Amino acid sequence: MSETTTRHIPDRLRSPLEARLKSWESLLLLVAVAIFIANSFASPYFLNAWNLSDATFNFTEKAMIAFAMALLIISGEIDLSVAAIIALASTAMGAAVQFGVGTPGLVLIGLTTGLACGAFNAVLVTRLGLPSIVVTIGTMSLFRGISYIVLGDQVYKGYPADFAFFGQGYVFWVISFELVLFALLAVIYGVVLHKTNFGRAVYAIGNNPTGALFSGIRVARVKFILFLLTGLMAGVAAVCLTSRLGSTRPSIAFGWELEVVTMVVLGGVNILGGSGSIPGVVIAAFVMGLVTFGLGLLNVPGIVMSIMIGLLLIGVIALPRLWEKWRRRVARA
Amino acid sequence: MLMHFQADQAPADQAHAAGTPVLALEGITKAFPGVKALDGVSLRLYSGEVTALVGENGAGKSTVVKTLTGIYQPDGGAILVDGAPVQFPTAQDAARSGVTAIHQETVLFDELSVAENIFLGHAPRWRFGLIDWRSMQARAGEILRGIGAEIDPATRLRDLGIANKHLVAIARALSVDARVVIMDEPTAALSHKEIEELYELVEKLKAQGKAILFISHKFDEIFRIADRYTVFRDGQFIGDGLISEIDEAALVKMMVGRDVSQVFPDRQSAPGEEVLQVVGYSHPTEFDEIGFSLKRGEILGFYGLVGAGRSEFMQALFGITRPSKGVTKIEGELAVVRSPAEAIAQGIVYVPEDRGQQGAITAMPIFQNVTLPSLGRTSRRGFLKLAEEFRLAREYTERLDLRAASLDTPVGSLSGGNQQKVVIAKWLATKPRVIILDEPTKGIDIGSKAAVHEFMAELAAQGLAVIMVSSEIPEILGMSDRVIVMREGRIAAELEGDDLTPETLVRHAAGI
Repeated sequence: MSETTTRHIPDRLRSPLEARLKSWESLLLLVAVAIFIANSFASPYFLNAWNLSDATFNFTEKAMIAFAMALLIISGEIDLSVAAIIALASTAMGAAVQFGVGTPGLVLIGLTTGLACGAFNAVLVTRLGLPSIVVTIGTMSLFRGISYIVLGDQVYKGYPADFAFFGQGYVFWVISFELVLFALLAVIYGVVLHKTNFGRAVYAIGNNPTGALFSGIRVARVKFILFLLTGLMAGVAAVCLTSRLGSTRPSIAFGWELEVVTMVVLGGVNILGGSGSIPGVVIAAFVMGLVTFGLGLLNVPGIVMSIMIGLLLIGVIALPRLWEKWRRRVARA
Repeated sequence: MLMHFQADQAPADQAHAAGTPVLALEGITKAFPGVKALDGVSLRLYSGEVTALVGENGAGKSTVVKTLTGIYQPDGGAILVDGAPVQFPTAQDAARSGVTAIHQETVLFDELSVAENIFLGHAPRWRFGLIDWRSMQARAGEILRGIGAEIDPATRLRDLGIANKHLVAIARALSVDARVVIMDEPTAALSHKEIEELYELVEKLKAQGKAILFISHKFDEIFRIADRYTVFRDGQFIGDGLISEIDEAALVKMMVGRDVSQVFPDRQSAPGEEVLQVVGYSHPTEFDEIGFSLKRGEILGFYGLVGAGRSEFMQALFGITRPSKGVTKIEGELAVVRSPAEAIAQGIVYVPEDRGQQGAITAMPIFQNVTLPSLGRTSRRGFLKLAEEFRLAREYTERLDLRAASLDTPVGSLSGGNQQKVVIAKWLATKPRVIILDEPTKGIDIGSKAAVHEFMAELAAQGLAVIMVSSEIPEILGMSDRVIVMREGRIAAELEGDDLTPETLVRHAAGI
């Protein structure tokens, strides 16, 4: 029945380079370049090193969360409580300031609060088996609600002077601490997702959680870690944002969860899980930063900006579908 | 083992020259890519009589049901209603001719009333398409009384017990003025008392002159309520006749009789020392007190009817579900298996029946599927090494003679047989001690089937201990050294050597 000669099966038919050139990420990169060029024509203030450096603050903090969120969404889960975690972490730091806690202590408190919130989400999702979208809509209200109860219409101020470094400090010339941290985290998350066994497990779970479990992947444990990481990143973002603003209000980072998810989806991550990449999210962060900054230079009001971001998101998701439909119709005709 | 058995195909016409069948299939053929599901079969259903359709899994029973209800179109042959040829291009056409089916799982809606469930899709209407609620309630009540069910048609379905829900499903089937009622394994999910009630219902339907096609694996049922039988085997008509003129043994022989020695590899089994010992595995609902031992180089078959608890037990052995009681020993040492990861670490692997959901991650490339449980070996300190992955994937897929364009193509784009080869390659790459194959050749083409069988024999020869769950008698007989028959969650028999015959298997599985 079976032949004695074994057939040779090639590794790949397409080279990795070819696959990369035809990817969503390359298309997005073209969009980023186009927006960059358009901006430089639209405003004479755009091509200025300090202005460009300022522009990066539009996305660095959100992007830090977006990296962890990308992994979470690829695994088939989501965390909508990230902005609320920032509020709670920032409130915790602000409260600690009132007791005279120094900068290292504040950072520790911010990160620990983020981790604790992530762990709370993780337990509800992985131990009780609840759907993450419902759980994190709930914890979104819970975490921010605590901030409102603690702060009311008050503001926490009086952060130590050296605490300002995280959000306002520069490492070299126009290169801010946040930008360096963003780049560092991009590399770390890129390596974790694309070069490790853990990253492979994330993809496997997102594509087929049952199949992953039957292949010996510890599905619950991987998801637990992803929720922890997302909480931790929200804590990191809380430190940077609080440091940049120098104060804490309960409305801090309001609505960020949608911008973070937008960034992830714009970066080519499938909202249903299973595919996506960190380079895509990095480019998407730049695209969103450039769009908001460019519109800001043109004095476009914030509300119009969020309309633009919304249209951008719907556009990039709908375009491939429309293209596919149109091609099929042409093929049939 | 050679068994050439030809049932004398005495046509039923002589015995029943009296009536024209209400519904008849004559020489129906139906082919799917690679399989001839029905090969010139005939089936006749008479008014006021129950005809049992008997055959192994894969004999073509469900294809016949789908042909009768307008879901499949036959490639050839004729469907006759009252002797006149008809066609059922859609399910609605079949229903209009009075053919209705009660499936194993009829879809009902918990939030709707009993009457709405019964008439969903064909409710009596006023002008302008408004539903005539009053006549709907009245007719629902009539139908329910007709089958002896005391259910208020206005009750919300949610508030009924499972047995009453089943009656609603039956009422729904009868709401289309049925002349022919098809019951496909109607007792599979029922308790003893409910089964008795179903028998009474069948008697009522008979008295109303309906022709009933009764599909069941359970011989006691068939001999209790059927008037006639029709036997299919491998999509072919084997014989039919009156139940009163045949006994169980003859029916079993018609069902399974065939030459099974040719298509399976010749094996010289030489079992070595014991690898796996299972003691007293129990689960609150699925299985009870399962115990056996398995040796190196042995193929142990698990036979039973669908629902006998074989897959559930295997998944417990693999750590998917936890048994309430029971111990696993590997090479004499106690093995704790609480998750698939721990099972794999102990050298127990499982090729599931459901390839698309459980066996493979179809959207991912072949090589990533193969290396998924072996990533610990193809990586260094948690970092992937792609070259190692391709090497491992190539080694095992080529051993299984996989046909694929490249190792980078998604598993989902392969044929069923090749997908199965990827799943088996994945597990062999972990170098297991015990491999469990659950229906390893279900839904794959003949060529791949033979390749999987040959490979199984080769694995056993290399000293691997193999457990094979199968519902196909030829496969069980052709491959196993020893067979455990399960029935209703328990071990019904352990068969070996001369005791291992199609008849003994069916008898123990059905509890005759």
